[in-house]
Amino acid sequence: MTETGADTIIKFDKVVKRFDTFTVIDELDFEVKRGEKVTIIGPSGSGKSTVLRILMTLEPISGGVVYVDGDTLWHEKGGNGDLKPASESHLRKMREKMGMVFQQFNLFPHMTVRRNLTEAPTQVLGMPKAEAKQRADELLEMVGLTAHADKYPHQLSGGQQQRVGIARALAMRPKIMLFDEPTSALDPELVGEVLGVIRRLAEEHDLTMLLVTHEMNFARQISDRVCFFDRGKVLEQGKPEDLFTNPKEERTREFLKAVLEDN
Amino acid sequence: MLFGIEWDTSSTWAFATSILPILLIGMWVTIQAAVVGFFIALVLGLVWAALKAAPLKIISWPAIVVTEFLRDTPLLIQLFFLYYVLPEFGIVLPAFMTGALALGLQYSAYTSEVYRAGIEAVARGQHEAARALNLSGTRTFTHIILPQAVPRIVPAMGNYLVSIMKDVPLLSVVTVLEMLNVARIIGDRTFNYIVPLSMVGGIYLIMTLIASGAVRLLDDKLPKRGIPLK
Ligand SMILES: Nc1ncnc2c1ncn2[C@@H]1O[C@H](COP(=O)(O)OP(=O)(O)O)[C@@H](O)[C@H]1O
Ligand SMILES: [Mg+2]
Repeated sequence: MTETGADTIIKFDKVVKRFDTFTVIDELDFEVKRGEKVTIIGPSGSGKSTVLRILMTLEPISGGVVYVDGDTLWHEKGGNGDLKPASESHLRKMREKMGMVFQQFNLFPHMTVRRNLTEAPTQVLGMPKAEAKQRADELLEMVGLTAHADKYPHQLSGGQQQRVGIARALAMRPKIMLFDEPTSALDPELVGEVLGVIRRLAEEHDLTMLLVTHEMNFARQISDRVCFFDRGKVLEQGKPEDLFTNPKEERTREFLKAVLEDN
Repeated sequence: MLFGIEWDTSSTWAFATSILPILLIGMWVTIQAAVVGFFIALVLGLVWAALKAAPLKIISWPAIVVTEFLRDTPLLIQLFFLYYVLPEFGIVLPAFMTGALALGLQYSAYTSEVYRAGIEAVARGQHEAARALNLSGTRTFTHIILPQAVPRIVPAMGNYLVSIMKDVPLLSVVTVLEMLNVARIIGDRTFNYIVPLSMVGGIYLIMTLIASGAVRLLDDKLPKRGIPLK
C-alpha cells in the first residue's frame, strides 16, 4: 500500500488545483517527513492555504495524487488496483490523521471552551464524556486556559481564542497539525502567547507540523525546513539558516526583503 | 344560540357581553389552528431547507419545486385541494386538520426560506472547522449550524406566526368554526354584524400584540453568545 517511504508522511505527487480555469497549484511535488516541522512562506495568493486545505480535505484536487501516512488522500484503490475518487468514509478515515488551526480561529461560538474541545472526541471518536472532559482540561492547562474552560469564545481575547483553537485540534490526537497563519488575525501584543504554544508543540518530536506564517523569526527558530511558495510551486526550500541567510532565487530574496522590512 | 349559548339583544352592551363567550370559543379554535399550522410550518420548513441545501440535485431539486409551488399558489387553492381532492384518494381529514395542514404547508415554504437565509449566514469557517474535526454532516447541521442560525431566524419566524393567525379566517370556507366564521354566523342570525365583527377585530388586535410581544421577549431572552447577528 505504501507508495512512499516509511519516513515520509505527506507526499504531493504532481498535484494540480484549479478554480474553474485558474490554476492555483501547478503540478506540485512536495514531501514532508514524519515528525518534521515545515514552514511554508510566500506571497499572498501563492497557494499556501490551498495546500493545507487540500490536506484537511476542505478542497478537492483537480489532478495528481496526495499521499498521507502511507495511503492516498483523495483516492481509493478500486477492485482492479486503479485509483478512484475517495468516498466520504475514506475521507473520514484519512481526516483523523490531521488537525487544523485556522487564521480566523473558527471556534464554535455557542459552545463553552471546554465543549469546543469535547464535541468532536465524544461524537467522532466515541470517547466517554468524562474522559473527553479530562482530556480537554489537560489540553487547556497545556495552553494556559484552565481558568477559562466554562467561558464562551467571545469572552476571550484573540490570542486566547487561538490557543483554544490549537487545543481543540489536538483533542483529536492528530499525527499532523496544519496551521494556516495562526497569528495573522491577532493584535501584535497577542502573537507571542500563541507562538509560545506552537513552539512547545514543535518540541514534541512525533508530531508532524505544517505551518504557514509570516513570522520569519519564529519560522527560523522552530522549523526543520522552510519552503518558499510562489505561484503554486515550491520555488525554493531548505534549512531555515540557509534559506533565510542565503536565498538562491531572486524572488525569494525580494519576498524576504519585503517581509523583513514590514516587521 | 350557538354552542348552546344564548345571546341577549336587548342592548348593545348586553349583546356584546352575551356573545363574548361564543367568540372566545371561536378564538380558541383560531389559536389552535394557528399554533398547529405554525408548528407544521416550522418542522416542514426545516425539512425543506435541509433538502434544498443537499449537495445532490436529485434531492434538492424536488424540494425547490415543491416550495416554489406552495409559495406561488394562493392558500385558498391549496385549502380546496386538500378539502375536495384528497377525499377522492380516500384521505378524509377533519375540516380543522385540513385547514391547519394547508396553513402549515403554505407557510413551510416561507419558513424554509427563513431557515435557508439563517443557515447561509453562518460563517463558512464553521462548516470547515466541523469538517476538520470530522463531525458528521448531520451532527454539523444539528449541533453547529442550526444553533447559530436560530437566534437569527426568531424575529422572522415571529412575523410568520402573526401572519398565520391572520390567515386563519380563510379556513371558514371549509367550515372550520374559527372566530371570524363564528362572528359571521352570529351576524347572520341577529342581523347585527357590527358588534361581533368589531369584537373580532379587537380580539385579533390583542392576540397579535401578545404574540409579537412574546416573540420579542423570546428574542431578547435567547442566548446570543457572540454569534454575529447582522
Ligand atoms: N474558492 C476559491 N475560488 C476561486 N479562487 C480561489 C478560491 N480559493 C482560493 N482561490 C485563489 O487561489 C489562489 C491561492 O489562494 P491561497 O491558497 O489562499 O493563497 P495564500 O494562502 O498563499 O495567500 C488565490 O489567488 C485565491 O484567490
Ligand atoms: Mg492564505
